[in-house]
Amino acid sequence: MRASAQQAPSVSDSPRSLPGTVTLRQVAKRFGEFSAVEQLDLEVQPGEFLSMLGPSGSGKTTVLRMIAGFETVTSGSIHLSGTDVTQTPPHSRPVNTVFQDYALFPHLTIAENVGYGLRVGGTNRTDREAQVRASLEQVRLSAVADRLPHQLSGGQRQRIALARALIMRPQVLLLDEPLGALDKQLREEMQIELKQIQREVGITFIFVTHDQEEALTLSDRVAVFNNGRIEQIGSAREVYEFPKTEFVARFLGLSNLIRGTEPGAELVSVRPERVRLSAADTAAAPGETSFLGTVAEAVYTGPTTRFLVDTEDGQRLTAERANDHHPSAETAFGRGDRVRVGWTADHATRVA
Amino acid sequence: MLRLSLAAKIGLGAIVAVALAFMYVPLFLVVFNSFNEARIATWPVTDFSLQWWGKAFTSEPIRAAILNSVIVGLGATAVALVLGTLVAFALQRFTFFGKQSVNLLVVLPIALPGVVTGVALNNTYNQILEPIGIQVGYFGMIIAHGTFCIVMVFNNVLARLRRLSPNVEEASRDLGATPWQTFRLVTFPQFRSAFVAGGILAFALSFDEVVVTIFTAPPGVDTLPLWIMNQMARPNEASLVNVVATVVILASFIPVWVSQRLSRDPADRD
Repeated sequence: MRASAQQAPSVSDSPRSLPGTVTLRQVAKRFGEFSAVEQLDLEVQPGEFLSMLGPSGSGKTTVLRMIAGFETVTSGSIHLSGTDVTQTPPHSRPVNTVFQDYALFPHLTIAENVGYGLRVGGTNRTDREAQVRASLEQVRLSAVADRLPHQLSGGQRQRIALARALIMRPQVLLLDEPLGALDKQLREEMQIELKQIQREVGITFIFVTHDQEEALTLSDRVAVFNNGRIEQIGSAREVYEFPKTEFVARFLGLSNLIRGTEPGAELVSVRPERVRLSAADTAAAPGETSFLGTVAEAVYTGPTTRFLVDTEDGQRLTAERANDHHPSAETAFGRGDRVRVGWTADHATRVA
Repeated sequence: MLRLSLAAKIGLGAIVAVALAFMYVPLFLVVFNSFNEARIATWPVTDFSLQWWGKAFTSEPIRAAILNSVIVGLGATAVALVLGTLVAFALQRFTFFGKQSVNLLVVLPIALPGVVTGVALNNTYNQILEPIGIQVGYFGMIIAHGTFCIVMVFNNVLARLRRLSPNVEEASRDLGATPWQTFRLVTFPQFRSAFVAGGILAFALSFDEVVVTIFTAPPGVDTLPLWIMNQMARPNEASLVNVVATVVILASFIPVWVSQRLSRDPADRD
């Protein structure tokens, strides 16, 4: 990376200038001794829905705040739509943010909140009012225009925060765990609504979350963060089905991580729903890796039943089965049953 | 809800009644006596008259004293508003060496006995500044009042700033507002009521200050409290004091009412 800077700049080397592209080059952020983000390279495509997923302290929020301009970078550069904004203050960047706690202005009405960006930008009152009205209609909250933020429910505040950012027609929208404060049902509704809005406005969404299901559901690509680095980036299917590292396999959903017994053996990840569960006396299918074991726990979760199996060589594996049989039928195996668990090679992924 | 027995209710009610009587009966006496014909306060009032009101309104010394008090009060309040707010911001928003000491040093003057502050400032004005040719004069009094008025603004503004979410300022900048626009449209409106309430308290504190004023008032300059004190030494004019006191009592309702309205949390309004 360092070497390429000394070469004559090639076309592929300069950040793409399509509106809505976000390019991070070797971005690092240190807070005193603590390294929050390390030498990060990332290119987000125009109109893409990218999720930055990771545990707290993994650096995802810091990256978002650096793109917004709230944090300076320690080193590296940030380009928006091909323009270097590394030193640009937040109020001059063509991005807008939806904050985790919504950050609505408590002393302004909902209409004033939504129109705030246009007001400070010098849009005249008539145009502003028309745009605010249209924006409130888009999020179906015209009725609360004259209320104050504290008089709204969490879901309503969420939509106002979204409207307030989108009215600015940013090239990139940054969302910092925007659904974190909502209850499960509302969160799922808002996920769908977010996805629809993103498709309508067609702008780049960068979405920070620690909820893996949310990231998989919403995103075109998921960047999995750990210790200030991107462990893996790819489509939801790629990161879920083909985790490259143990961390990604563990963080995204449940995973069986198995290391062979021979020295130097590789670690493989097998998703519970890929594990085949059969009676102990059935023979292993050809090409299948299998273990004999005892069901330690059978957990009914509604759509599936999850079996914890203790194998004879002392591992605990998880197998998940869809409850697609007759609703009143009992699940096939119960606690203490002897079973065979196995998988074919193409259902297992090698992880580092 | 806490439930009280009837006896407890009566007992507590009696205590409240006695306490309120102790506070307000003397004030009523002052008001009554301002209409007293006699030269000195007497009870019961036998002859009512407006003569002292007439004298008070035409008295040049009273007018001068009120004017002095108002000027000093406004000056000290202005100093307190600017410096108190700046210190509150510095202590709430930044970490720096000696932060705790600064906090202590700003609050200390309100706890320090007025006599000590007065003597200290008097010595400084007369024995250090004057010999080197700096005549603080009237401003000496304003600065003296400012030392303890700052605390009123500082405490009020700091308490409010601590409750503000820093995110709203980021949201403002994110939406394109410059730092100044953000302060004017988002930050200031959120602590404005604390700012005004602190200012009113500062003015009230300055307006009735006696001890520090005695030590720092330039020769021949009386504030209203100083004038009243001097008047009490001349019993023949005592009823004049009752008139002035009555006017001050009535005037005090204004800041109390305003600050009570303002101290309410902005989020409480509907």
